[in-house]
Amino acid sequence: MTLEALNYLTAWPEIFLLTMACIVLVVDVFISDDKRDFSYYLSQLALLGTFAMVMMVQVDGREVAFNNMFVQDALSVVLKSFILALSFAAFVYSRDYLKDRNIFKGEYYVLGLFAVLGMMLMVSANNLLMIYLGLELLSLCLYAMVAFNRDNGNASEAAMKYFVLGAIASGMLLYGMSILYGLSGSLFLSDITVAISQADDSRIGMVFALVFILVALAFKLGAVPFHMWVPDVYQGSPTAVTVFIGTAPKLAGFAMIMRLLVEAMGDLQADWQQMLIILSVLSMATGNIIAIAQTNIKRMLAYSTISHVGFILLGILAGSNEAYAAAMFYTISYAVMSLGAFGIIMLLARKGFEAEEIDDFKGLNQRSPWFAFLMLVLMLSMAGVPPTVGFWAKLAVLKMVVQMDMVWLALVAVFFSIIGVFYYLRIIKVMYFDEIADNQPLSCGRDMQITLSSNALLVLALGLYPAGLMSLCLSVFA
Amino acid sequence: MTFIDFNFYLFATLLIVAALGVITARNPVHSALWLVLSFFASSALWILLEAEFLAIALVLVYVGAVMVLFLFVVMMLDINVEQMRKGFVRYLPIGALVALVLAAQMIWIVGPVGPDVLGDESLQQSVRHAADYSNTKELGRILYTEYVLPFEIAAVILLVAIVAAIALTLRRRPATKYQTPANQVKVKRNDRLRIVKMDAEAKE
Repeated sequence: MTLEALNYLTAWPEIFLLTMACIVLVVDVFISDDKRDFSYYLSQLALLGTFAMVMMVQVDGREVAFNNMFVQDALSVVLKSFILALSFAAFVYSRDYLKDRNIFKGEYYVLGLFAVLGMMLMVSANNLLMIYLGLELLSLCLYAMVAFNRDNGNASEAAMKYFVLGAIASGMLLYGMSILYGLSGSLFLSDITVAISQADDSRIGMVFALVFILVALAFKLGAVPFHMWVPDVYQGSPTAVTVFIGTAPKLAGFAMIMRLLVEAMGDLQADWQQMLIILSVLSMATGNIIAIAQTNIKRMLAYSTISHVGFILLGILAGSNEAYAAAMFYTISYAVMSLGAFGIIMLLARKGFEAEEIDDFKGLNQRSPWFAFLMLVLMLSMAGVPPTVGFWAKLAVLKMVVQMDMVWLALVAVFFSIIGVFYYLRIIKVMYFDEIADNQPLSCGRDMQITLSSNALLVLALGLYPAGLMSLCLSVFA
Repeated sequence: MTFIDFNFYLFATLLIVAALGVITARNPVHSALWLVLSFFASSALWILLEAEFLAIALVLVYVGAVMVLFLFVVMMLDINVEQMRKGFVRYLPIGALVALVLAAQMIWIVGPVGPDVLGDESLQQSVRHAADYSNTKELGRILYTEYVLPFEIAAVILLVAIVAAIALTLRRRPATKYQTPANQVKVKRNDRLRIVKMDAEAKE
């Protein structure tokens, strides 16, 4: 076998990112604490460079590399570019926050870069082994990042819970994969598809494997009843890490569902559809109702994540190409909204103070009308109010569900979304109508102001012109 | 009985004896040494199966690195063996039951029903390769060609594990006092000695 046969140039962005992550790791050792910004700029440069390379990738259909282990197609290119952009913004938001807490270290960015590499490999995986390795690379980085602030008891507790539950989920995934391997005799997704379509007497075994894999996917995405880790991890970890966990990994999780359920096990759609209906209804119900009772905004957003995951699953279970596009549209727009919301929380935090309670948002309009407006846009978008992108995302998913003749399911989804509007509106009420409680001026760097503003305005712009993103999503599944 | 059969029974017996030694030895250091012996015996069995690479890796990695580290730990910790043995008789029945079930399963699958379940061909003797056949080379070839991407990613995961472990545990303690020989050697007269000019004081 020659080197050319590997076709390794297809994976050029990943190779570049890995090299840069190693360079940041080495360079960071040699610079002193007051020049730590250099590691930050180098990491951002790595993300930008990788982004440019992903943009330059020309895909006609699909291209495989590394003996079929790695696949570059429209889905992977679109998701990778969003993963890189989201991680870039998360890094921008986290800089001041980390500095104020004396945890501004190169390791945060090195682990972040490796996590992005893991996500990119998950998105491009064409083999069960690669899906698992990409997922572990991502999870391992996230466990360490959650525990990054060592002196904080809550963070250590969250990291421990995340680690143990994540390990159980990985175990489940491996169980499912090994059963699937045993029945189909191959780890390649395409071979599994063929094996499932030809399976007659071993079909029940395939469904058995599907159950394990679905449990693991629900764990990783945080769908009820496998959501226990989400609120604790979102609340316990430093907000700079929460913003990272709550955004880009959702896209990687979506890609994992597409590869495993739709691509490899598409013939078992009738089986996984029923399972997803249960997960989705439970997620929307639990997420939206429990979020009402929260006083901690990070915890509230964690429950809101759970309810949004329910919506994403709704799009996937509708099971047509258009429905997958709707689910992808939902995932991307949710990641952008949640990025902005956590950005605002970090903006309000300062040295020795965490703006974690909803009460900390009291009278934000008087302190800074502009940032209060941005938060207003983000909250309206999460609630699904036009003219924001959240409305179109919900509409697209619901339309697909109705087309599948599951009107009752759409009604359930609408019902729980209306319940959900309450706690988003409460934030807006607190910001605009409550007496100001905290008079400290808001301070943040110019870079953060610009990124945060464009982040929230993007939510508004996509709400006014959703056609661009929608046609991009549709072109992926065309 | 051929010479290979003789070797198999020899090392298999040695393995069982060593394994029993691990759980019955009173001294934890002796247990660890029994474990080393059982690793050697099983690596000999692997050589009989023509899996030289795995056999050598077992000796190098487990005996050479893992067990030496384990011995250090055992020697450094003051383990009260009597305390750990307290439940031995109480847990013996359930342990014996589990061992019995495991043994029964294995005998079941390789014994009477094996050929029906697995198909006859898989139980036939594997192909004997010529003396110049190297399975180390074969393993290396497949790892670095077909599986090169997963192999590299596994390496990256190990790297991340190292970075994460160090990032979470390395602490600089400013309060700790320690000597830096490099600075001690580089010291100049001016760093240590100060000449103070002052007028002579009158005798009172």
